[in-house]
Amino acid sequence: MFPIVEARFLAPDVKLFRIQAPRIARKRRAGQFVIIRIDQHGERIPLTIADSDRDGNITIIVQGVGKTTRWLNTLESGDSIRDVVGPLGEPSEVESFGTVVVIGGGVGTAIAYPTAVAMKQAGNRVISIIGARDRERLILQDAMQQTSDELHVMTDDGSAGTQGFVTDALDQMIQSGVVVDRVLAIGPVPMMRAVSAVTKPRQIPTIVSLNPIMVDGTGMCGGCRVLVGGRARFACVDGPEFDAHEVDFDVLMKRNNLYRDQEAEALREFNKHPSESV
Amino acid sequence: MAEPLPPKERVKIPRQAMPEQDADARARNFDEVNLGLEVVAAQCEAQRCLTCADPKCVKGCPVGVKVRDFVELVLAGDFLGAASKIREDNVLPAVTGRVCPQENQCEGACIMGKRFDSLAIGNLERFVADYERESGQVALPQRAPLTGKKVAIVGSGPAGLSCAGDLCLRGHDVTVFEALHEIGGVLLYGIPEFRLPKDIVRQEIDNMRAMGIEFQTNVVVGKTVTIDELMQEEGFDAVFVATGAGLPRFLDIPGEHLGGVYSANEFLTRVNLMKAYDSSHYDSPIYQCRDRHVAVIGGGNTAMDSVRSAMRLGAAKASIIYRRSMEEMPARQEEVHHAQDEGVQFLDLHNPVEFIGDEQGILKSVRLVKMALGEPDESGRRRPVAIEGSEIEMPLDVAIVAVGTGANPLVQSTTPDMKTNRWGYIQADEESLRTSKVGVFAGGDIVSGAATVILAMGAGRTAASSIDDYLQTGVWETDPAAAES
Ligand SMILES: Cc1cc2nc3c(=O)[nH]c(=O)nc-3n(C[C@H](O)[C@H](O)[C@H](O)COP(=O)(O)OP(=O)(O)OC[C@H]3O[C@@H](n4cnc5c(N)ncnc54)[C@H](O)[C@@H]3O)c2cc1C
Ligand SMILES: Cc1cc2nc3c(=O)[nH]c(=O)nc-3n(C[C@H](O)[C@H](O)[C@H](O)COP(=O)(O)OP(=O)(O)OC[C@H]3O[C@@H](n4cnc5c(N)ncnc54)[C@H](O)[C@@H]3O)c2cc1C
Ligand code: SF4
Ligand code: SF4
Ligand code: FES
Repeated sequence: MFPIVEARFLAPDVKLFRIQAPRIARKRRAGQFVIIRIDQHGERIPLTIADSDRDGNITIIVQGVGKTTRWLNTLESGDSIRDVVGPLGEPSEVESFGTVVVIGGGVGTAIAYPTAVAMKQAGNRVISIIGARDRERLILQDAMQQTSDELHVMTDDGSAGTQGFVTDALDQMIQSGVVVDRVLAIGPVPMMRAVSAVTKPRQIPTIVSLNPIMVDGTGMCGGCRVLVGGRARFACVDGPEFDAHEVDFDVLMKRNNLYRDQEAEALREFNKHPSESV
Repeated sequence: MAEPLPPKERVKIPRQAMPEQDADARARNFDEVNLGLEVVAAQCEAQRCLTCADPKCVKGCPVGVKVRDFVELVLAGDFLGAASKIREDNVLPAVTGRVCPQENQCEGACIMGKRFDSLAIGNLERFVADYERESGQVALPQRAPLTGKKVAIVGSGPAGLSCAGDLCLRGHDVTVFEALHEIGGVLLYGIPEFRLPKDIVRQEIDNMRAMGIEFQTNVVVGKTVTIDELMQEEGFDAVFVATGAGLPRFLDIPGEHLGGVYSANEFLTRVNLMKAYDSSHYDSPIYQCRDRHVAVIGGGNTAMDSVRSAMRLGAAKASIIYRRSMEEMPARQEEVHHAQDEGVQFLDLHNPVEFIGDEQGILKSVRLVKMALGEPDESGRRRPVAIEGSEIEMPLDVAIVAVGTGANPLVQSTTPDMKTNRWGYIQADEESLRTSKVGVFAGGDIVSGAATVILAMGAGRTAASSIDDYLQTGVWETDPAAAES
């Protein structure tokens, strides 16, 4: 059992948890994730480790999109999670690259945040672009501000920052002559694909963090396979970060839709009695 | 107690059939297929044994279970005594009685099998173990005085469990680390409920817990903690690596990324570990098999377990596609027969060359090529070769790839001073199971490549005895300094 020591909403449907997991807290590096299972009937789902502290806690930030994440978001400080395993995946490649643009879309900002911090600590000039549908759904703005030399905020409706997509900001920046040495883009698949389309013709090295469906997270099932450079790679052990220009986003998107009907049904059932699952 | 008969009379007794669930009914449920022998049938079977002076059965068993002696105890009606006799060499008899490929091991060597049906040793082993468990009188062996030495076991499959059991008995302080959320390795996530009920595995593990073994789930060694950290920071005096051969192989043909194409590992993990077959109580989904055509590529135990699971998930048609002929299939005979009785179709001498999908990236069909058998290869089996121009396309909804597994590199890559061979398996001295790293031993599938439950258990025992030697003497023989002194 892994006790939750803090739980609070950052935005509607986005909740931050601090969980006691000393072994993981000690080992984790930016870019790595955990797999959790809420109780013995639950599914195993991957979540990025956003932060850790010296008291043996890890932070995760969860966007409620389906049954498991919404159920998780009903938990409070004092509750426990049955299984938490990690840190999984390869850590982000962090070096002094020069100017690094970190792009986070939606909850992708939470996934990008630890790597932005690490990039800054490694001596890079960090320019962050964070995007969300509207002001309410914008997360981690202050934290990103603190870790970045420059922060651009984009919303679909213009209720905060500039109206438009994160790619608009990126495109403009590059056109205005900013020399970008590396881009890290994390968010919904269409966003990562769009960023890749902006940087590929300009040959700017671009890394994306892929979110395929996972089960074990140790390389045992092969369910998380993604096509990168025409080869099948296991995102849980070879990734989750890959060279965006080599990723087949189409295959990723289609594979992520595989259980759509069952997921929708599970969510419908859950919404009928959200409290009974706990 | 039954009267011993003269040998001439014994061979006249027919081999007692294992009662099983009706094939049509069981093909649609996950309950155990084999129901187990009744007392009368078990004693009748035991009566068939010739009690040979030189019992070949014992040599045929990889761990040397004293078959003749335990069978005599069955005949004498001392079932608990028979169980203790088996436990001298085999800590999981309820498991091996069910899953050993007996026809290649104890029963294959049985002298009676030369002219008549061999003794049903596996069925008797299972009978005895079930009797003991159901009696509630499992005699937990006495533990030796505590030594104060700590041993870490990495992986909780049969190799890890049997090593843990032996070391605990010798008084060492044993902790088993497992990456998944449940203990048991392939016994739990691979072999399905209808062949090996999980309660049996769980009960064995509870017994081990009661003996004093500590189990830590959710620890991926190499990620959560490394072997060096276990030894240097957490005070373990020795480590046994038993991580199995869990890396799935794919066919490397076009279309393998399509929705509806699974590795057998993923399919079986979803069904067994995540209990996707019981979707009203468990959340992990599985791709719809009901009323569809599911084909499994491969001919081993994993393939049989997958195809029979698909049948039980409601498949309209469940097939095996195998590139050699039926005679070469490596699966246990009993599983092949059971699958046939349950209505599984076998398409041998065929090999997939491409999976074909629709616009949504969902599998629609498979292109197959016919195969012929050529010259024997290294394994002694005739090598299958594709017949040119023989391709056919077969409509298919779900494909499960069960063409073998390899070594997962997580532990090896974070333990650079532990040598591996060119396929990534850990190198260990055959007799002692010592690796190239002082204090670290390895065994089971991660050393041998995918093998059997009983061989893995045998490796666990061997490792336990050399770990015990090492802990008592402190001598590491491959260590040149120790060899000199
Ligand atoms: C490496 C990695 C890191 C991630 N980090 C975060 C994070 O920090 N915060 C966050 O909110 N989300 C994160 N995700 C996504 C998160 O895992 C999914 O949102 C979650 O699994 C959805 O489960 P659900 O039952 O709530 O929704 P469902 O209704 O079951 O699914 C919604 C969508 O989530 C995806 N999904 C479903 N099941 C799984 C699964 N077992 N594994 C992976 N994806 C699945 C599918 O694309 C699906 O269409 C991460 C994913 C990966 C692969
Ligand atoms: C579907 C299937 C059916 C089979 N049927 C039969 C049969 O009928 N008869 C038979 O004799 N054999 C059968 N086998 C083979 C047999 O199960 C294996 O040979 C045996 O289980 C190997 O035992 P092991 O202890 O070496 O490894 P495993 O049973 O594979 O156990 C290894 C354990 O280590 C864990 N692990 C891996 N990496 C790490 C890590 N880094 N940190 C912590 N833990 C880790 C794994 O999660 C796993 O639990 C079958 C195999 C499969 C897959
Ligand atoms: S352990 Fe397996 S091989 Fe040995 S006697 Fe028992 S069933 Fe036969
Ligand atoms: S070889 Fe067969 S007949 Fe002889 S003792 Fe063993 S089981 Fe009995
Ligand atoms: S999640 Fe199973 S191999 Fe990656």
